[in-house]
Amino acid sequence: MNRNDSKGMTVIVKTITRLTIGLILLYGIYILLHGHITPGGGFAGGVIIALSFIHIMLAFGSDVALKKLNKKWSKIIESTGALMFITIAVSGFLGGIFFNNLLDKGEPFELFSAGTILLSNIAIFLKVGAGLFLLFIALVFFKSGGKN
Amino acid sequence: MIYFLCFVLFSIGLYSILTKKNLIKIIIGIAIVDYSINLFFILVAYRIDGRAPILKEGEKIKRIVDPLPQAVVLTSIVIGLAVTALLVAIAIRIYEKYGTFDINEIKELKG
Amino acid sequence: MLELYIVLILMIIGAIIAVETKDILSSIVALGKVGLGLTIAFIILKAPDLAIVQLVVEILTLIILIRATLGRDVRYTKENQNLGIKLLSIILIIIFLFFSFNVLKHLPEFGDPILKVADYYIKNGLEKTGATNLVTSVILDFRAYDTLGEATVLFTAILGALAVLRKKGLKREISKKYEGVKRDE
Repeated sequence: MNRNDSKGMTVIVKTITRLTIGLILLYGIYILLHGHITPGGGFAGGVIIALSFIHIMLAFGSDVALKKLNKKWSKIIESTGALMFITIAVSGFLGGIFFNNLLDKGEPFELFSAGTILLSNIAIFLKVGAGLFLLFIALVFFKSGGKN
Repeated sequence: MIYFLCFVLFSIGLYSILTKKNLIKIIIGIAIVDYSINLFFILVAYRIDGRAPILKEGEKIKRIVDPLPQAVVLTSIVIGLAVTALLVAIAIRIYEKYGTFDINEIKELKG
Repeated sequence: MLELYIVLILMIIGAIIAVETKDILSSIVALGKVGLGLTIAFIILKAPDLAIVQLVVEILTLIILIRATLGRDVRYTKENQNLGIKLLSIILIIIFLFFSFNVLKHLPEFGDPILKVADYYIKNGLEKTGATNLVTSVILDFRAYDTLGEATVLFTAILGALAVLRKKGLKREISKKYEGVKRDE
């Protein structure tokens, strides 16, 4: 099972993965950015992005996937997402209450309306996506400790 | 009557947690209990002839389904995923140390 | 609401199959069936936001479960626990279902609730936040504190899983240091 993991799957799976991986990434970013107009938001977008990276890892083997997003960068991205969320919350103190919605609210149904909701969605997207990908890396790379 | 079917699903998950020997079956039981509780919250929040809670352009609001339990259940789904992932990580570690998923044998070995 | 009854009965049949089968791979697939039935139930109950999240989370749970069990264990489990525990739990479940049936008759009818808390959010949601998705405006503006708590729980769970799955445990490193020293047991 371990040797099959690092070499990848058959040719059919690899070809289909090359065709659809860009579409999955684009769909995840679309659901994130339109989070305050249509259903979706930060959580759904983050899980879809994590699924696209897991798709690369399952089809091509673990070394190809780690070249695109290695462990150091995903830890940095997850911490950045958490810190960004806290910063948006604390900066509400400038307006008077914790978590105050500061920026101006434009017309409804535009992309840049609704104040700080868009920035909070991006913060949660970074956190959830990087965190779930890190969890899957830890599950794949766990070998028995004594035999190595 | 619909609420009662939801509780039957809950009790099937509870039966699997209490009486099964294999560790993976216990984890499946916990996941089924999670699903049934989320379904119960959304069943309470439904209004007949309601619309989804998304406003459309130039349309008046007549009757909208309750949006407050939906916000609560959204958080609960993601927390259920985190709990299941942590349980699976602990189960892998137990298998690596004892060599089996059977809970009766894990109680007897001194490790 | 005939479709809702059919979906619920299919979910119950799937759950019974997932609990009773001896093959572990089949019971994981049946758990996937319960999750997909829940997605369809969310669409029938007019909650599209939740349906998207439940679908992708269900796929991720199946991937993690299959990764953990495939190639690690015997595929066929042995029998259940002894008869005493089985009988006691069945009696407990029958008592629980009997009492819950008598209580659930007093809830208001399905589709006609008496909750009025969300009227404020529906009336003032658009002008106070400017977002047309009412669920997003509730979780990220009116009740953002709960989202902060949820982000913390997710962070802690991933940290715990990473700490459990390290390659070499702390004990092995300590015992390597004391290899030359004699210990009496």
